[in-house]
Amino acid sequence: MLLTTLMLIPLVGAIVVFLIPAAKAALAKQIALGFALVTLVVSVLMVLGLDNSSGGLQLVESYDWIPAFGISWTLGVNGISASLIVMSAILVPVAIIAGWWDAENSSQGSVKGYFALILALEVFIIGVFAANDLFLFYVFFEAMLFPIYFLIGRFGGPQRAYAAMKFLIYSLVGGLFMLASLIGLYVVAGRELGAGTFDFETLTTLNMDPNTQKLLYLGFFFAFAVKAPMVPFHTWLPDAAAEATPGTSTLLVGVLDKVGTFAMLHFLLPIFPEASKFYAPAIIVLAVISIFYGALLAIGQTDIMRLIAFTSISHFGFIVMGIFVMTSQGLSGSSFYMVNHGFSTGALFLAMGYLVSRRGSKRIADFGGVQKVAPILTGVVLISGLSGLALPGMSTFISEFLVLTGTYAVNPAAAIVATFGIVLAAVYILWLYQRTMTGVPSQEVEETVTEISKRELIAVVPLLAIMIALGFVPQVALNYINPAVEQVQTYVGFTDPEAVAVPEGSGS
Amino acid sequence: MIAALIGLPLLGSSVLLLGGRRTNAWGHFLAVAMSAASFFVGLGLFIQMLGKSEEEREIGQHLFDWIAVGAFQVPFGLHLDQLSIAFVLLITGVGTLIHIYSIGYMEHDPNRRRFFGYLNLFVATMLLLVLADNYFLLYVGWEGVGLASYLLISFYQQKPSAAVAGKKAFIVNRVGDVGLSLAIILMFVTFGTVTFDGVNAAAGLANSSTITWIGLALLLAACGKSAQFPLQSWLLDAMEGPTPVSALIHAATMVTAGVYLIVRAHAIFDLSQTARTAVVAVGAITLLLGAFIGTAKDDIKKGLAGSTMSQIGYMILAAGLGPVGYVFAIFHLLTHGMFKAGLFLGAGSVMHGMHDDVNMRHYGALRTMMKVTYATFGLGFLAIIGVPPFAGFWSKDEIIHAAFGQSMFIGLATLLGAGVTAFYMTRMMAMTFFGEARWEDDVHPHESPAVMTIPMMVLAFGSVFGGMAMLFLGDIEHWLEPVTGFAQPDHSVSNAVLIPVTLAVVLIGAGYAWLRYGRRPVPVVAPTNVSLLTKAARADAFGDAINEAVFMRPGQYLTRSLTWFDSKAIDGSIGGLAAAIGGLSARTRRLQNGYVRSYALTMLGGAVLIALVLLLVRL
Amino acid sequence: MNPNNYLVLAAVLFTIGAYGVLVRRNAIIVFMSVEIMLNAANLAFVAAARNTGTLDGLIAAFFVMVVAAAEVVVGLAIIVTIFRTRRSASIDEASLMKY
Repeated sequence: MLLTTLMLIPLVGAIVVFLIPAAKAALAKQIALGFALVTLVVSVLMVLGLDNSSGGLQLVESYDWIPAFGISWTLGVNGISASLIVMSAILVPVAIIAGWWDAENSSQGSVKGYFALILALEVFIIGVFAANDLFLFYVFFEAMLFPIYFLIGRFGGPQRAYAAMKFLIYSLVGGLFMLASLIGLYVVAGRELGAGTFDFETLTTLNMDPNTQKLLYLGFFFAFAVKAPMVPFHTWLPDAAAEATPGTSTLLVGVLDKVGTFAMLHFLLPIFPEASKFYAPAIIVLAVISIFYGALLAIGQTDIMRLIAFTSISHFGFIVMGIFVMTSQGLSGSSFYMVNHGFSTGALFLAMGYLVSRRGSKRIADFGGVQKVAPILTGVVLISGLSGLALPGMSTFISEFLVLTGTYAVNPAAAIVATFGIVLAAVYILWLYQRTMTGVPSQEVEETVTEISKRELIAVVPLLAIMIALGFVPQVALNYINPAVEQVQTYVGFTDPEAVAVPEGSGS
Repeated sequence: MIAALIGLPLLGSSVLLLGGRRTNAWGHFLAVAMSAASFFVGLGLFIQMLGKSEEEREIGQHLFDWIAVGAFQVPFGLHLDQLSIAFVLLITGVGTLIHIYSIGYMEHDPNRRRFFGYLNLFVATMLLLVLADNYFLLYVGWEGVGLASYLLISFYQQKPSAAVAGKKAFIVNRVGDVGLSLAIILMFVTFGTVTFDGVNAAAGLANSSTITWIGLALLLAACGKSAQFPLQSWLLDAMEGPTPVSALIHAATMVTAGVYLIVRAHAIFDLSQTARTAVVAVGAITLLLGAFIGTAKDDIKKGLAGSTMSQIGYMILAAGLGPVGYVFAIFHLLTHGMFKAGLFLGAGSVMHGMHDDVNMRHYGALRTMMKVTYATFGLGFLAIIGVPPFAGFWSKDEIIHAAFGQSMFIGLATLLGAGVTAFYMTRMMAMTFFGEARWEDDVHPHESPAVMTIPMMVLAFGSVFGGMAMLFLGDIEHWLEPVTGFAQPDHSVSNAVLIPVTLAVVLIGAGYAWLRYGRRPVPVVAPTNVSLLTKAARADAFGDAINEAVFMRPGQYLTRSLTWFDSKAIDGSIGGLAAAIGGLSARTRRLQNGYVRSYALTMLGGAVLIALVLLLVRL
Repeated sequence: MNPNNYLVLAAVLFTIGAYGVLVRRNAIIVFMSVEIMLNAANLAFVAAARNTGTLDGLIAAFFVMVVAAAEVVVGLAIIVTIFRTRRSASIDEASLMKY
């Protein structure tokens, strides 16, 4: 019941906020924030109640939904999905606080609509991470699109209609392929088990013919690769992220995109172990391409928000690479990376969003010298940026390094090439910092850019604190992630390669 | 106790950076206090260590289990041994002096609090670097000092050149970090551990090519951090930072981290002749390149920066000699830390008196105006060119001696380096303190306040006695031996021959410089009709030009073409697909022409078609 | 009598009706042509029912008649309304509902 309750809280919140009479519309924000914070508290309690020695699904609840087709309302979490749920539950209130006035400043759409949509989005986010019935997952996977579609399309920048439509069509097309594979999987399960099912744990027990696996795999992978997004299915992301409000971008890139990589790890590997191994080398190549492509394009951008979106494409390359090398370092690193990336990109979007909303322009060339007029804001941008380039001491470094280490054991060439990506990361972040923050401020910057406000600081400081804290005590998250990763490795049937030169009698 | 070494300056830095303007009034005192406290803790640990027998001197402090993922187990552990303590005392000692000096130097800077916050951050991360008990934690310190260096180089953020220099330093260092990352990954994959103890114990079991690759990756890391060829170009630009920063970070401590890394990883280098040869080659090239650049610089700080490169080249070269050289690399590192910090502080003091002008062609005859600076700088000068019995003589002589033991060729390189060092340092002395005054208008040179001169005097004292103290009182060879191992160098060329020869070379270099710059007047504007060699030295041996041609321009071209490709080809093809579908719809829409008869005809046609199909299928 | 003859007659009537629908402009004539086609179908149904001796075809014919009656009511009402507003019963002029 706990997970359903966790989904009900923001759902009730969304309805309440939406039904607030126009006369009291000013309360919408406080109410929305209240519900988001309650969700956060409950989700943290949920995690604390988990048994972190077990890698299986916990808090499982299952009710028949459409028994004729073997569809059920099955929720359950393991360490990976639980950490992602907490990460999302942290980012939602942060996005609400950071976007306190975004709805008023947008041309269309009502204030309460904005906050109701954010809470509705949170419902589906929790659902998509907790669903363990593939059909239910599919429903949430698609349902998530609509709050985001309206958040971009009604509250975004000048090109919002284009960006929202592009996002929607990309995602729907991806989802369509997934639906086709899903039906195929149902049929295959029906042939083997006598009755079709969408239940995740049952599906992992199937002994599918490798060729069938390979075919069905492509549909799922395409959907997740669009979502993640991987090159060359990425072009929706920069447009969407650039047009959305910073709060929406945070949720879009920080949380929604994780669904793609999460599903690769949580569903694809256990259900299709043979196909995963078959496609892994090709996917790793694609991931390495994503790392460099995203980084190089980030360097080439002239728009701040697009730049951040491209850095995420590069980061998703690391995440996907870690998943498909299947070593425990790779998988744990990728899972941890997903959590960290949510915070790090979120902080970067928010901090840069503060800047953009002051100056009224997203062009990098319109900035410069901000350090003179807003030193604290500059500091916030710097720390967010440093986490974006995976500075040792920040949590992002640990996850990135784990991914690289895990990759080397399986695919040294990919690891060596990907390691050079860290140089490009320094280039895109520091060059952005140099162009926007240093130098002598222009007159426009002096006039428009003011110091960060208390509300804005409250939104972003928790993210920075979490990233630094997790850099030094990553086990807080890794203790939950590791058992789940071992479980995935068991499903796939993969064991870590051993170190080659170990002195006699040194334990392992 | 070991954690306190790092914790104190970290606390100071947190208070200063998070405390905001409230701490403006007393922030710099807090920073000095924290740095000094750390020094005294270090001193206490050192005295404690002296009291112990050789085997018990190494102590560790396991703070907590940092990362545990599968076999990847990394403790958050500190480790203090004879090598670390030498660094601790250098970092906190010189660091504290420079903190004190900065109180005066940065007095009028509105961002002085931030400056001290960064300085404390640097001290903390540098201590973490040398106290970590595994390579992964070392990496955190390694990058932490890089961050502090970045922040301090671009401290004058409103200056575009400073911002660019900081970024350049960070990015070039990142190239080195690729090496460190790969080395750590290789260690984990090979040995299953990344702790110093674990790697040292297992090094002999790995195959030799793996060991060589680890060594080369570590060398790449060292090249980045220590500004060695081919990653040397950032150090000269790093002089954009305030002068105390140049003294502490870009002369005495951070840039020597590469030497520390190689010495710390001696178990790897002991086993690979190839890796050691590469280290020696890099050191030899850099020591000559740095000295060569130093000969033509008119900017006093850049001259010293070239000298730093060159001196670190000596250390790297010594480290590459293996067990015969490790201790001398560290010995030279320590003496260099003292005299070079003193020289930089002297340069800062001169700049302080000359309205922040760094061009030596605008100096001259300052020995009467700045007596203390002249004296301390002069002692540092004698130390760096290796005049006995000053500090540099002892350490450099040992390196030259060991180098001749290795090969005549390397020995000659070090000898030549010593001569060039004498040349550019004498040139610097002559242009700054001797000759006629070439001051700009309304510049009134004056001696710096005591808060600045006292640290200079302390460092000058070190430059005079530091070498002898460490060699004769401290017996540094045997002090470090338990950590690094030590072998007597091959004395194919005996000291009785070598010392006079070295001194003669130094004398020739110094004499030639004196003839050119001391006896003859120095033009205020740098002459342009100079030899190609001078031009090359002025252009940092074309380091930047090469970087620009090989990496930056192709990189920019690649970025631009990829951006074009992304918007035109990838997004364009998808947009094209959408447009094609839209266009097709626009055509087929025309069929809805509003005439009932045409719809009826379509229906009839459809019905006939279906009838035909049915008929055909039945047949 | 040979049932084929009924079917041929039905086909001829259907073709005449279809031709009328396709080529005539006057809505009333088109409407009549549609009725001819319906009756052609009815004839075929009835003939088939007679031939097989079952009631299925007759039931279908009754359905068609009922539908045709309802259609006449609605259709004529529409045509009258169009004629009143446009003073014309030409179906080509009533072509506003297009792309």
